[in-house]
Amino acid sequence: MDSILIAILALSALALIFGIILGYASVRLKVEGNPIVDQIDAILPQTQCGQCGHPGCRPYAEAIAAGEAINKCPPGGQATIDQLAELLNVESLPLDAEHGTEDVRKVAYIREDECIGCTKCIQACPVDAILGAAKLMHTVIVSECTGCDLCVEPCPVDCIDMIPVATTIGNWKWPAPPSPMQIIATDRVQANEESPV
Amino acid sequence: MTVYAFHGGIHPPENKLQSTQLPVAQANLPSHLIIPVLQHIGMAADPVVSIGDHVLKGQVIAEPVGRLSVAIHAPSSGRIVDISQQPVPHASGLESECIIIETDGEERWCEVEGLEDYTQVAPHRLIDFIRSKGIAGMGGAGFPTDVKLHLGDDHIVNTLIINAAECEPYITADDMLMRTHPEAIIGGIEIIAHLLKPHHIVIGIEDNKPEAIAALEQAAEASKWPIDISIVPTKYPSGGERQLIQLLTNIEVPSGKIPADVGIVCQNVGTAAAIHEAVTSGRPLISRIVTLTGAALAQPQNFRTLLGTPFSTLLEQAGVDHSRLSKLIMGGPMMGVPLTSAHIPVIKTTNCIIATTAEEMPAPPPAQACIRCGLCEQACPAQLLPQQLYWFSKGKEFEKARQHNLFDCIECGACAYVCPSNIPLVQYYRFAKSEIRNEEIEQRRADHARARFEARKERLEREAALKAERRKQRAAEAAAAQAERKRAAAKAAAQPTATASAASEQGDLKALKVAAALARTKLSKAEKALKNARDKGLEGIDKLESTVAELVARSAEAQALYDNALANAADKTGEPEAATETQSTAHAASESSEVASPAPSQKVDLKALKQDVSIMRTKLKKARATDPDSSEIEHLERRLEQASATLKQAEDQQIAAAAAEGIDLKQLKIDAALAKAAVTKLERAANAAQTDEEREQLEAQLPQRRTEAQNLASQLARFE
Repeated sequence: MDSILIAILALSALALIFGIILGYASVRLKVEGNPIVDQIDAILPQTQCGQCGHPGCRPYAEAIAAGEAINKCPPGGQATIDQLAELLNVESLPLDAEHGTEDVRKVAYIREDECIGCTKCIQACPVDAILGAAKLMHTVIVSECTGCDLCVEPCPVDCIDMIPVATTIGNWKWPAPPSPMQIIATDRVQANEESPV
Repeated sequence: MTVYAFHGGIHPPENKLQSTQLPVAQANLPSHLIIPVLQHIGMAADPVVSIGDHVLKGQVIAEPVGRLSVAIHAPSSGRIVDISQQPVPHASGLESECIIIETDGEERWCEVEGLEDYTQVAPHRLIDFIRSKGIAGMGGAGFPTDVKLHLGDDHIVNTLIINAAECEPYITADDMLMRTHPEAIIGGIEIIAHLLKPHHIVIGIEDNKPEAIAALEQAAEASKWPIDISIVPTKYPSGGERQLIQLLTNIEVPSGKIPADVGIVCQNVGTAAAIHEAVTSGRPLISRIVTLTGAALAQPQNFRTLLGTPFSTLLEQAGVDHSRLSKLIMGGPMMGVPLTSAHIPVIKTTNCIIATTAEEMPAPPPAQACIRCGLCEQACPAQLLPQQLYWFSKGKEFEKARQHNLFDCIECGACAYVCPSNIPLVQYYRFAKSEIRNEEIEQRRADHARARFEARKERLEREAALKAERRKQRAAEAAAAQAERKRAAAKAAAQPTATASAASEQGDLKALKVAAALARTKLSKAEKALKNARDKGLEGIDKLESTVAELVARSAEAQALYDNALANAADKTGEPEAATETQSTAHAASESSEVASPAPSQKVDLKALKQDVSIMRTKLKKARATDPDSSEIEHLERRLEQASATLKQAEDQQIAAAAAEGIDLKQLKIDAALAKAAVTKLERAANAAQTDEEREQLEAQLPQRRTEAQNLASQLARFE
């Protein structure tokens, strides 16, 4: 009889202790928000362009976490989709052409003598990359521009161009070597004939 | 001295003898020197000369920018003719900013002065002096030397290693320098040692340079520093920094660390000689020895060349045979890059130019599939798994490539050299490295953009909150002001009643008139507000209505008071005009109460009044025609006068109303312009639409927009 009582008491005590620990942990170690949203947001390119149909990258990250398709981000392109697929352990999809196509990186350029200083582009810029004041000429801070092209539409005088970023020695990338299958033995003669000088 | 070994390595044909047969020659002075502002690792120097300036040999033409940068000096005297984008020695074949000097052939030096005794100069001043002389590593990477000399500040430097291995085939520039200027090298080593205070100085040199070894040994004996010369077996790439360190000390520099972290600093022999030259004579780094070799040259030879000399000048001097030349390589055959143009200039890191014939360096055979033979692994001096790196790079699994220590690859090309399938392995690694670097840059950019976006969002929220607060405050203030005004108005309303009894003076009459007019204006204003509220369906219409009713009453009261006063005055003076006036004003008062009815009826009233006037006029005419002396005529005349006066008043009021509506008019104008713009935009979009469906859709919207725009325009026209 005693042994049964002891067992019941011991188990109750254990249950109580663990209950207290768990209760404390659930309060103390509570996670605010959905951590997966942060991880998705970290992968998205942060152009805040809205091409996905959401007002910025974080809302799209939230939508993806809620089950939306991962292929709606043209600025990120296939690389971003692949990363998202890996993170979420889902099938990678080709980029949804409905939301735009992958393009070279661009930056906005304001033709300064045509600018009337309406500040509309400044209000549209999601990253505050446009500098200017009312009735004074505006200009784009190139290093801050994400190339989202949101400033082009509001401009009443159409003085904003999206210019592709030029390749310089600083940002040049080594090209991928040609696939070995592209060079077949009969092409060797031609390859030999190529003389650069 | 014990010599250790490093993993892997290869023994390619050396091909060094061709260019050591002749002594070092002075390169011809070209007509134009092309000097890139970026000849080192780090930030490009900033040009401090402008086109047209005359420069002297050794004069600074570009100042360093930031910590990791060195100055650029004019290699010869002449005139700056251009500062523009020119092809530079870079794997990309792209152009970069260059300063172009048209040489005058005088080779006039600017005033240069060395340090008399560098041991008496504070170390940081000595390092700054070296920085100002434009010295960057001459072994190949071009790392600013002054940064390396500062390593003694925060690292304990035990060993100074001087890299004289020159392991890559064909290149003999360092070999010839050691043969001809061993004392300059030893002098430079002494300066470096003075700054870094190492316990141990070793020169690492391959055993295929006996003459250089002999010359160095002789020079080193005279030195007060104990300098060891360690002869290492010839094996490529023993001249790699980490490989040479392992050969000489058996210490492996950990991945991601620099040699200074294990107490070692490496310098190239060429750099040591340049430091010596700069410190003793004050001459900046403006020339270097360049090996010209390859089967397409009649006289392979080393040249002391001014920086900025185009390769074509050197090639001509070495007797290039253009018909046999197939490929031009800058650097060695293992790590060098093929060039697209011969007008590329010599820079601080250019050690060799190879002009090859097709037989000497045939085009690479087509790559075959990897057979997993593992030869590359055995050849890799960094102990990596080239095969795995190849698969990951090819499959663009960059994360895995990085985990397999891709960034420890020194791109020496040993793996590709031994590959039986002729796979261009190094190209794959370079591709993967630049993709990973690019991704990192993109990630940094994205993080930066996110931070800015979030900061902006926060700012907008803060501004909105501030605005709301201010609005609330203003509303409270306005309410207080209104209450104040109401109280004042009540007082004013009470006053006339009080004074009315006493009002017999003309002045009081005037005051009463003003009060009556004021009451009328207030009333019309309130009506307008009511109308506006009704049109726009705003809240508080009932409140406004009650206000209007109240005002109507007040206005009538004020008018009645005035009339009373006027009648009193008229009674006293007995003037008939006054009586008339009283009558007319009484009429006007009734009129004003008529006006008090909501504005839409105003128009009708105006019409009715007009009709009244015309009826009266006809009646008068008729009466005159029938009985000119009748007393009725007089009566009719008076009535006509009254009616026309009322009409005029009503019309005036309307004009005032339109004027008071000025703000709304403005709004209306803007709305009309916007509507018009929307129509034109829609039209343009419809024209530009690509599919018929889209166009139809857009065109369907058009009529509605047009009518909207027309409505607004017509409204506007009515007011204007």
